[in-house]
Amino acid sequence: MKNAIIDSLIITKRQLLQLARVPEVLIFSTIQPVMFVLLFRFVFGGSISTGQPGGYIQLLMPGIFVQTVAFTLAATASGLAEDMKKGLIDRFRSLPIARSALVVGRTLGDSLLNIVVLVVMAGAGLAVGWRPTSSIVSILAAFLFLLMFGYALSWTGIYAGLAVKDARTVQNVSFLITFPMTFLSNAFAPTTGMPKALQYVAEWNPVSSMVAACRQLFGLKNQFGATANSFPSQHPLQTSVIYMLLIMAIFIPLSVRKYKNSSN
Amino acid sequence: MKSISAEHLVKTYDKGAVRALDDLSLDVEEGTVLSVLGPNGAGKTTTVRILSTLLKPDSGHAQVAGIDVIKHPDKVREIIGLSGQYAAVDETLTGWDNLVMFGRLYHLGKQQSIDRANELLERFSLTDSARRPIKTYSGGMRRRLDLAASLIVSPKVLFLDEPTTGLDPRGRMEMWSVIEELVKGGVTLLLTTQYLDEADQLADEIAVIDHGKVIARGTSDALKSQVGGERLEVIVEAHQIAQTIQIVERISGQSAHIDVALRKISSPVSQGSKALMDVLRALDVAAIHPLDVGLKRPSLDDVFMSLTGHVAEEVVNS
Repeated sequence: MKNAIIDSLIITKRQLLQLARVPEVLIFSTIQPVMFVLLFRFVFGGSISTGQPGGYIQLLMPGIFVQTVAFTLAATASGLAEDMKKGLIDRFRSLPIARSALVVGRTLGDSLLNIVVLVVMAGAGLAVGWRPTSSIVSILAAFLFLLMFGYALSWTGIYAGLAVKDARTVQNVSFLITFPMTFLSNAFAPTTGMPKALQYVAEWNPVSSMVAACRQLFGLKNQFGATANSFPSQHPLQTSVIYMLLIMAIFIPLSVRKYKNSSN
Repeated sequence: MKSISAEHLVKTYDKGAVRALDDLSLDVEEGTVLSVLGPNGAGKTTTVRILSTLLKPDSGHAQVAGIDVIKHPDKVREIIGLSGQYAAVDETLTGWDNLVMFGRLYHLGKQQSIDRANELLERFSLTDSARRPIKTYSGGMRRRLDLAASLIVSPKVLFLDEPTTGLDPRGRMEMWSVIEELVKGGVTLLLTTQYLDEADQLADEIAVIDHGKVIARGTSDALKSQVGGERLEVIVEAHQIAQTIQIVERISGQSAHIDVALRKISSPVSQGSKALMDVLRALDVAAIHPLDVGLKRPSLDDVFMSLTGHVAEEVVNS
């Protein structure tokens, strides 16, 4: 067990070294979310009325945080697919290390990358008027929540990477899933403007629960549409935790099994 | 003592439609080099993957250094080194980064990993490029680094799966000399290749495999004599072919084979050098001056051809 943890951390360190050797990756993975913050703030911010003090940026930031950690799963997936293709996985599997180390190490590494990205985004948000009103504890809890959500989702990325095995394909597939998933939610606009059927989808979308939970933790009231009294709208924190556990309960065993059989 | 032994390995894919290994058995004596020779799709890589614990066979047994690879894969992983067809190293990291990381993953201490990395880089003439990312390396350098990564804990048994496939001639020569050095150090080596000259150069023994079976096994010399002894070959001008055939057949006592395009007449001979002199004298009397003449021992190409009925370079699946 102790060795399994050390092995995982060595794999995590490998990812940090990759970032150090190719700093462009880190720069571009932070530029994109910052660009989203600025675009949404200045393009849509003026025309979306929120009915809450502080304007659109207050509602936007939690949404864009969730979207960004969700998008990281594409990087997890393509990184792993790349390792598979290059034969690196075979080398790791021929070493006397814990079977789980490679995938656990990668999910941890992606969480570390998320920390950096979230910090930079928070800085950008503060610069353009984002002002969370809750206590420092609640704010830190929100970020912890975001990291946990990112971690849970990275397991779907692991599974996708092992299943698809081609970096470019899996990256495209991931975006095909994460894009509608993050936009079919309350992240950027109130769901009340959507057709009724989509409102239900949006309300039960894990992204919506996460965004609502983060808004609550940052000291905002959340706006919900069609199912105003539904469980996810009443209990966004609990719903988000359930979703995270559910995602991990499904995708960790699936990924581990896929990894063990990856060459058979 | 046998360092590697595989008995009756069977591995099928696509629900039995493809038999990658079809009752394959082989063994390697400790401290020797066995080359598994065969065309693409013959089952070479599957054999290596099973012996190096990456793949479980459908049936059969295999031991490496006396340890069962199916029952105790973890123990096997501690004493083997594996270097595959593709350089399996992290290309964005430097050579040094890679070797230190693999050292840590073999549970060497931090300083020990660093020392071992430096030592291996020196030994494989990679010290100058140690701090450059692998993606800037040439194909030959990558393979050498990959090989170095498989030697971190001085494995007892080393598996090299087509170590020179895709390398240019210079890269191949460099790789060969590195492998020859290793073998002098006493490691047991199982090497797969589709290059006959490579097997000839590096291996103590050769196992020829085709369609998942070992179809011949022995030293390079033994395999060659299995195909037949020496052949006499004469190349003459086109208008002298008919007369030369008569002379060659009279002296060898066997029917000659004619390659019209190359104007080459060849025939098996029992007493090679005597037959050669007799043919030369007879040609001289007939006023035929051969363009080339000589005794040829069969090459491994001939061995492969006679064993499998097809040439070694044939690509079964790619």
